[in-house]
Amino acid sequence: MPRGKQDRYSSRVGEKLFPVSKPVTLTIDGKTVSAKPGSTIWDAAREAGIDIPVLCHSPRLDPVGVCRMCVVDIGGRVLAASCVRPCEEGMNVVTKSEKVERHRSMLTELLMSDQPETCPKESTTGDSELAALARAYNVDGSRLPRGAARSSDTSSKVIAVNHQACILCDRCVRGCDDIQHNDVIGRTGKGYTTQIGFDLNQPMGQSSCVSCGECLAVCPTGALVNKPISLPIVPRKSLKQVDSVCPYCGVGCSLTYNVDESKNRIVYTDGRPSPVNHSRLCVKGRYGWDYAQHEQRLTHPLIRKSEYYPRGPLSPEVTSSRGGEHRKGSHLVRYEDVLPAFRQASWDEALDLVATRLKGIRDTFGPGSLAGFGSAKCSNEEAYVFQKLVRAVFGTNNVDHCTRLCHASSVAALLEGIGSGAVTNTFAGIEDADVALLIGTNTTANHPVAATFFKQAAARGTKLIVIDPRRPDVANYAHQYVRLRNSTDVAFYNAMLHVIIAENLVNEAYIKEYTSGFDALKAEVQKWSPEVAEPICGVPAETIREVARIYGKAKSAITFWGMGISQHTHGTDNARCLIALCLVTGNCGRPGTGLHPLRGQNNVQGASDAGLIPMMYPDYQRVTNPEVRARFEKAWGVPLDPNAGLTVTEITKGALEGRIKGMYCLGENPFLSDPNVNKVRKALSALDFLVVQDIFLTETAEFADVILPATSYLEKLGTYTNTDRRVQIGRPALKPPGEARLDWEIVSEISTRMGYPMKYQSPAEIFNELVSMTHEYRGLTYEVLGSTGRLWPAPDPAADDGLQILFDDGFPTPNRRGKMVPAAFEPPRETPDENYPFVLNTGRVLEHWHTGTMTRRSYALNAIAPEALIEVHPEDAMKLGVHNGDRVVVTSRRGSITLAVTVTTRTHEGSVFIPFHFREAAANVLTIDEIDPFGKIPEFKFCAVRVERAPESSAAAAE
Amino acid sequence: MTFALSDERERTLQEILSRYPTKMAATIPFLHLCQEQHGWVSDEICEYVAKRLDLSAAHVKGVATFYSLFNKEPVGKHQVWVCRTLPCALAGAENVLKHCEKRLGIHAGETTRDGKVTLRTAECLASCGSGPMMQVDRDYYENLTLAEVDKILDRVTR
Repeated sequence: MPRGKQDRYSSRVGEKLFPVSKPVTLTIDGKTVSAKPGSTIWDAAREAGIDIPVLCHSPRLDPVGVCRMCVVDIGGRVLAASCVRPCEEGMNVVTKSEKVERHRSMLTELLMSDQPETCPKESTTGDSELAALARAYNVDGSRLPRGAARSSDTSSKVIAVNHQACILCDRCVRGCDDIQHNDVIGRTGKGYTTQIGFDLNQPMGQSSCVSCGECLAVCPTGALVNKPISLPIVPRKSLKQVDSVCPYCGVGCSLTYNVDESKNRIVYTDGRPSPVNHSRLCVKGRYGWDYAQHEQRLTHPLIRKSEYYPRGPLSPEVTSSRGGEHRKGSHLVRYEDVLPAFRQASWDEALDLVATRLKGIRDTFGPGSLAGFGSAKCSNEEAYVFQKLVRAVFGTNNVDHCTRLCHASSVAALLEGIGSGAVTNTFAGIEDADVALLIGTNTTANHPVAATFFKQAAARGTKLIVIDPRRPDVANYAHQYVRLRNSTDVAFYNAMLHVIIAENLVNEAYIKEYTSGFDALKAEVQKWSPEVAEPICGVPAETIREVARIYGKAKSAITFWGMGISQHTHGTDNARCLIALCLVTGNCGRPGTGLHPLRGQNNVQGASDAGLIPMMYPDYQRVTNPEVRARFEKAWGVPLDPNAGLTVTEITKGALEGRIKGMYCLGENPFLSDPNVNKVRKALSALDFLVVQDIFLTETAEFADVILPATSYLEKLGTYTNTDRRVQIGRPALKPPGEARLDWEIVSEISTRMGYPMKYQSPAEIFNELVSMTHEYRGLTYEVLGSTGRLWPAPDPAADDGLQILFDDGFPTPNRRGKMVPAAFEPPRETPDENYPFVLNTGRVLEHWHTGTMTRRSYALNAIAPEALIEVHPEDAMKLGVHNGDRVVVTSRRGSITLAVTVTTRTHEGSVFIPFHFREAAANVLTIDEIDPFGKIPEFKFCAVRVERAPESSAAAAE
Repeated sequence: MTFALSDERERTLQEILSRYPTKMAATIPFLHLCQEQHGWVSDEICEYVAKRLDLSAAHVKGVATFYSLFNKEPVGKHQVWVCRTLPCALAGAENVLKHCEKRLGIHAGETTRDGKVTLRTAECLASCGSGPMMQVDRDYYENLTLAEVDKILDRVTR
C-alpha cells in the first residue's frame, strides 16, 4: 500500500460519522443555519459568518480537535470541540457564552505561560494567532509557573524552529503530511518533553525536509518562521502585497510577494489560493526570488571593445573544453573576467548598432542568415513581439526557443496524433483518475506542487504507476514502480499495447468512433510480446502484463510524462506510444483521463502558443500554409518567408557552417542548455554578430557583440501560460535596476530602428493583438484573466474558468479522429562500450533551475544545493573505488568535467546521472547533439561516458 | 549489519499483520517484536518499521518515543521499574527506590556496569491497592518490603 494511504485522521469527519446526504438545519447563536451534509459546527458557523477561534485547525486541513479552543456549548454535559463535531438536525449551538469564554481564556493563558518572552512571529510577520487570542483575552500567562525552556533549531537554511513557541497543535505535521505529502514532521517524546520532530528527530537542516515552507505557512504561533533572506521580516501591513505567479516551473503557482517599496526588495512570499496550487509552494517559489536583487544584475547596455576581437569566450569556465577549473566562487560568472572586454554604452548607441548590424547582415547575406532565440521564461507578449520581429523584420522563420530542448518531440507527436500540442486535462485532473501513469518525470523535483496533487491522489486511492530508469521520489507513493533500461521505452510501451490488444482490454467503441490507424498499430505491436520486450527493456514480462492490465482495465486513466520520454532521438516515437495507449483504451475526454506532458518552463506553453517556433505562427498555424501566411502578411503588412525556419539545434549547426551570421538571443543561455557545449562554443564564436538580451552576464553573453540589460520576471507585467493551459498575469513587484528596460520595449525599439515601427503602449495591447491572431485565446483579456487567470480555450471567459478537459467528442484533426502512429524500436545513438562503459542520464534537482542563472544567485537555493553531484550506483562506486564526496572525472567523446560523487541506488548499475545546472561541471559538455528526426530535440537522456577517480591534484584544487 | 527480523519473528509479524485492516495498526506490536530481538528501538529499527509499514520515519519515531516500554537506548538484561505515583509514594515507594539504587549502585534511569539491570521509575502501573510495587521485566511484585526487594534483586543480579 502506498505511503499516505493510511490517513491518520479521517477526512471529513462528519461525513464518516454521520453519512447523511441531506443538509441539516441547526441554530448557531440564534441564527438558523442550513449546513451542508457532513459539515462540522465550525464549518457551518464559518459559512454563516460566525468566527470561532481555533488553533489546531485551518480550512486547508482535516480537523483533529486537539487544541480545544473552538469549544462551543451545545447544551450537553460538557463543551464540544466545534471543529470535529458534526452538525446534527435541530442542534442549538452557542459559540460565545461566559462559560465558553472562560474556558478559552484559561486555555490561552495556559498556552501563553510557556511561550518565549519574545514571540518569533510577533517580532517578524506579527500574525501569531495565539498572540492575537492572548490580546483578546488580555492574558499573558505570567501568573502561572513556566516550564524549563525548550530548545530551538536553526539548522535549516530557510526556516527557524522555536520549540518553546510550539503548542503541539499538529498543523505543521498535517501540512507536511496531508498537504505536501513530504512526511517529514512528527511528534517525539511524551508529556512536557514532547516536541515536533523531523524524521528521526534530527535537526531540521539534516532531515529529509525539502524546505517547501508549508509548515510555517500553517503554524499558528512563532514555532516555525521564515528566516530573513533580503531584509528583516516585518508585518505584512507595512509591506506592499503584489499578487503574481511563480517564475519557475510550468505549474505556475499563484503567490503573493510582500515587497518593501522604499528599499525595492521582496521580503517574503506567501502562497495564494488558486485552482493551480491551493496556496502551496515549493522551495523555489517561496525562497528563490532574491536573484533579481543580485549585485551582478546588468544595468547598462554593453558593447564589446575592439581589442576583444575576434570574439570568443572570456572566463575560464567558458573557455575551457574541460568545463572549467573548480575555483572558489566559480559557480557564477566572475565579472572581472568578462567586464573588461565591454564598455558601457547609451541605449541609443547600443540599439542603433544592433539594428545596423542585423540589417546589414540581412541585406548582404539574405534573411536566412539571421536567427533569433527567444525564451520560455519570457511572457506571451514578449514571445509574440520577438517572433514578429524575426518573421516580419528579419524576414525569416529562424526563431525558436528552449521548447526544442524539452517537449518538442511530445508536441510533434501530439499534433500528429490528436491535432493539438497542449494537455488534454489539467494535472489536478488526477483527482478523478483510477490509474495514473507517471513516466520519465521526477515530479517532486521538477513540478513539486503538481507532485503534491499526485501524492494526494495516491493517498485517496489512485494507483500511480511510475516508470523511469532512475527512481524518482514520487515512486515512494506508487502502486508500482517499473525500472526499465534507459532508452528502451518504445519496446516497453509496444509490449503494453500488445497485451492490451491481445487481452482485449481495448475500448472498441472509442476506437471505432474517434480513432484511425488501429490496424497499423496492431500489426506493429503484434511483434512485441512481453517476452520479446523483456530482454530489451529489462522488465520481467509478467510485470509488463500486470502494468498493461492495470492501465487497460482502469475506468479512467491519465498519463503524465516529462523529459524522460521526450529527450531522446526517438522522443517522438516514445510520445506516439503513449498517445496510442490513451487512444486504444479510450482514456481521453472524460474526467480522470487524458494526456499531460508536464511543461518545464513557466511559459513554455505560452511561448509556443505565441509562435516562438520556426514552423508555426501563433496558435500552431503552419507557416507553410498559404492561407494562414496570407492572413499574417495582411495583419503585419509585410511579405513573409514561406518556408519553415531552423530549430535551435539546426541554428547552432548553421552558425558552425557559416550559414547563420547574425543572432539575437533573448533570455536564452544556449551555452549551458544545449547539448555538446564544445560545439556550441565554436558556433557562438563563429557568428558575425551576436546580441544577447538578459538580466545577467550569462555564459552565452561572453560571446556577444552587444549585451542589452533586460528586466527580470519580478519587474514586469505580462501573461504566462502554465502546463494546464492556464493563462495567468505576472505582476511587477520591483523596479528594474539602473537603465534596464522592458523586454518588449527593447524588441520594439530594434524593430523600429530596422525600419518596421512597433509602437506598442502596453503588454495588454500586445496581448490583444496576439489574441486576435489566435483561435484558442479568443475572449481573453487582462480584465478577464484577473487574479487566477483562465484556461484556454475558454468559450465564455467572463463567466467560467475555461475548459479543463478537452476532446470529449473528437479531435481537432481533419477527420476529427485521433491517429495512432506505430513506433518501431530503435536503440539510442551512442551506446556504452569498453572505453565509455556508463550511460549518462541528465536532468534537474529540486533547488535549481536550468542553467542556474537565477537559482545560483538566490541565496537560499544555492545554500541548500551548492554543488553538482554525479549519482553513482553503490556497485559501480565499489568497482570505481569512490565514495560520497570523492571527485571524479567524467568523460564522453565530446569533453570531460570533474565533479563530486553521491552514491545512491536511485540510479541503476551501469548508469550515472548528472544535473545540468552547474556551469563549473556542465553536464552538457558531455551530452550528444544527435536529434530526434521529427521534434528535433537532442538526446539529453542518453550518451556513453567514462568515470574515473580525479587525480589528487584536482581534488586538492577544489578545496 | 542491517537490521532484519529473524525468520520466526517474521512469521509472527505476518500473523500480526493479518489481524488488522491497515499496516499502520501493527506499528506497536511490530516495534515490540524488534525490541525483543534487539533489546531496544534504534533509529535503524524505526526506519525499518516505517519502510515495512509504509509509514513515515517521523511517525514511527513518535510512537517509539511516546511509550515508556520501548527502550530508546541499550538497556540491561533485566528491567526494573519502581512505581512512584501517589498511592505507591504514600506507601513508601521512595524507600524502595532508594534501596534499589543503593543495592545496585546506580541511579534511576541507569544500567549496572555488568549490564544486568536497568533501574527506572514508572508512573502509575495500575496496582494502586498493593503499593509499594515494582515491575521486573513482565512481572509485578506488590506489597513490597525491603527484604522482599533484596530477594528480587538477588535474583536479577545473579
